[in-house]
Amino acid sequence: MALRGDERHAELRAALREFCARFPAEYHRRHGAAGSYPVEFVDALTRAGWLAAMIPEAYGGSGLGLTEASVIMEEINRAGANAGHCHGQMYNMCTLLRHGSKAQKDTYLPRIATGELRLQSMAVTEPSTGSDTTRTRTTAVRRGDRYLVNGQKVWISRVQHSDLMILLARTTPLAEVRRKSEGLSLFLVDLEAALAKGLTVRPIANMVGHETSELFFDDLEIPAENLIGEEGRGFRCLLDGLNAERTLIAAECIGDGRWFIDKVKAYAKERMVFDRPIGGNQGVQFPIARAHVNVEAADLMRFQACARFDAGLDCAAEANMAKLLAADASWEAANVCLQLHGGFGFAVDFDIERKFRETRLYQVAPVSTNLILAYVAEHVLGLPRSY
Amino acid sequence: MRILVPVKRVVDYNVKIRVKADGSGVDTANVKMSMNPFDEIACEQAIRLKEAGHAEEIVAVSIGEAKCQETLRTALAMGADRGIHVEAPADVQPLAVAKMLRAIVGREQPGLVVMGKQAIDDDSNQTGQMLAALLGWAQATFISKLELADGRAVVAREVDEGLERIEVTLPAVLTVDLRLNEPRYASLPNIMKAKKKPIDVLTPGDLGVDPAPRLLYLKVEEPPRRQAGVKLGSVDELVTKLKQDAGVI
Ligand SMILES: Cc1cc2nc3c(=O)[nH]c(=O)nc-3n(C[C@H](O)[C@H](O)[C@H](O)COP(=O)(O)OP(=O)(O)OC[C@H]3O[C@@H](n4cnc5c(N)ncnc54)[C@H](O)[C@@H]3O)c2cc1C
Repeated sequence: MALRGDERHAELRAALREFCARFPAEYHRRHGAAGSYPVEFVDALTRAGWLAAMIPEAYGGSGLGLTEASVIMEEINRAGANAGHCHGQMYNMCTLLRHGSKAQKDTYLPRIATGELRLQSMAVTEPSTGSDTTRTRTTAVRRGDRYLVNGQKVWISRVQHSDLMILLARTTPLAEVRRKSEGLSLFLVDLEAALAKGLTVRPIANMVGHETSELFFDDLEIPAENLIGEEGRGFRCLLDGLNAERTLIAAECIGDGRWFIDKVKAYAKERMVFDRPIGGNQGVQFPIARAHVNVEAADLMRFQACARFDAGLDCAAEANMAKLLAADASWEAANVCLQLHGGFGFAVDFDIERKFRETRLYQVAPVSTNLILAYVAEHVLGLPRSY
Repeated sequence: MRILVPVKRVVDYNVKIRVKADGSGVDTANVKMSMNPFDEIACEQAIRLKEAGHAEEIVAVSIGEAKCQETLRTALAMGADRGIHVEAPADVQPLAVAKMLRAIVGREQPGLVVMGKQAIDDDSNQTGQMLAALLGWAQATFISKLELADGRAVVAREVDEGLERIEVTLPAVLTVDLRLNEPRYASLPNIMKAKKKPIDVLTPGDLGVDPAPRLLYLKVEEPPRRQAGVKLGSVDELVTKLKQDAGVI
């Protein structure tokens, strides 16, 4: 704990910085402008084993925890890239590792570790359900040794760059369960097979360059052995993946925050207006200093969430709080960075406007700030449920 | 065959260096340090030779302060098998380094020493040549191509006139140039494995070498600042300037 956040795991950071330096700003700018997926970057990350960090060594991975995974995501964003193109495999891994059967792990993990299979997608959000996840309307009905899936999902990222997808669907109607969170189940979907028999993918153009789509399920058959965990208890299994996702995204926001602060502090030192560097004005340096303070504070909560997750303790409160603090800190840093670059902040070649758009997403996804506050109010503070 | 790869910890090539106020050297406090880029190329070449079946073991050596072990870990993460750290003051000079390497060659009996042609901090470009002389081995410097066969190395050397091809008999000291290869980045599994690879720690005394400097640096100073240039509108203007202001024609 004595080490500062960005001093921890120095050897991983050094290696990642060297790795990321091979993909210069122009590379990410080009993909950002085209809204295209940075295939070469993600492939190289996979080949160098970074996206298999959490897979146990026995299955060909490095057997690391969420803490190290979060450092990987942070450094990617800090280098000016966007971990949103590849973070899915990290949080989905948490679901599969904790709740997948031995047979599922034996089948998939070695091939994910080599990069032959990608586990980049998770389908939870639905157009008419919104943040009210337990009202999930997509259904999976058991028919012998298969499940038949019908329904619709939206904003499902990276399906066109993934081989496997974790799917949340209702297996027992809401009216027949005691608690809303029961009767939901998780499945591992083989995307290539599904595309041929009942899954339709419709890409959504968007502000942040995510490869993300609407999904339509029309009698899609999934083998029963692809059920993750027990039928009807999928929501609990999903929570591990969601907590991991929130924590990883907190780390990405920390990486963004540091990118913005590095950028703006360098500019504030060299930009001369009224015969002196703009950074000599308190009106300029105080917002930068405050943004830095907030990033550092959020980083503490992120490592706390990681440590609890890795110790197998409940980390829902910390994961949510880390996500809120870090997303706010990165957004504040983004705004300060844009503002203090004056007109230049709007020039595409400075990369600020792209990173500004990219980090803005995390006020909304994967869980919106309001829903975090509602969670903390109810579950941490014991206030009446507001939603 | 065993390959010895000496690796030096230097100020990272991306860092804009600053001279210390008292002129005694370059400021290295809170400055990013990395493996000398030419040594990375040497390390990469050794790994490729091992992958091609020419070598069984790669030993990386670093001489200097305790932090050199980080540089050794980088070499181990790239693919070296074990490390030797000679704990010594930061500013060991080329002759002392060459003598220590000679002693390590005596212990380890490598068939090849592959090293950078120079370190980017002091740019001495001496250690490889001194080592070959001390050992009485063949040397091939500034190599940009390498083939091994039948106990010989055929190399291309980058010289002013172009590429020179020479053949040397092993054991030999090779010093590598920029275009020999592009070093790999360390993969995560190899970084994790590197943590478990052994690093032996020795002292100059163990090797029978006195690390005290023999050359005295008088002063280090920054190059004079470049004057801002001017843009000229025409060739005539240029000719006038060259005649009148610069006085060169
Ligand atoms: C680029 C992108 C990628 C995404 N990728 C994925 C993915 O891979 N997989 C996936 O499953 N989902 C994904 N999502 C979906 C994302 O998780 C959701 O958009 C997010 O959880 C919000 O849900 P919603 O869009 O339905 O908003 P809604 O739930 O409709 O909420 C709209 C607004 O109302 C507020 N609100 C709603 N209810 C309350 C309340 N009771 N009190 C106060 N405020 C409230 C919310 O905070 C929000 O600001 C992605 C979204 C985007 C934009």
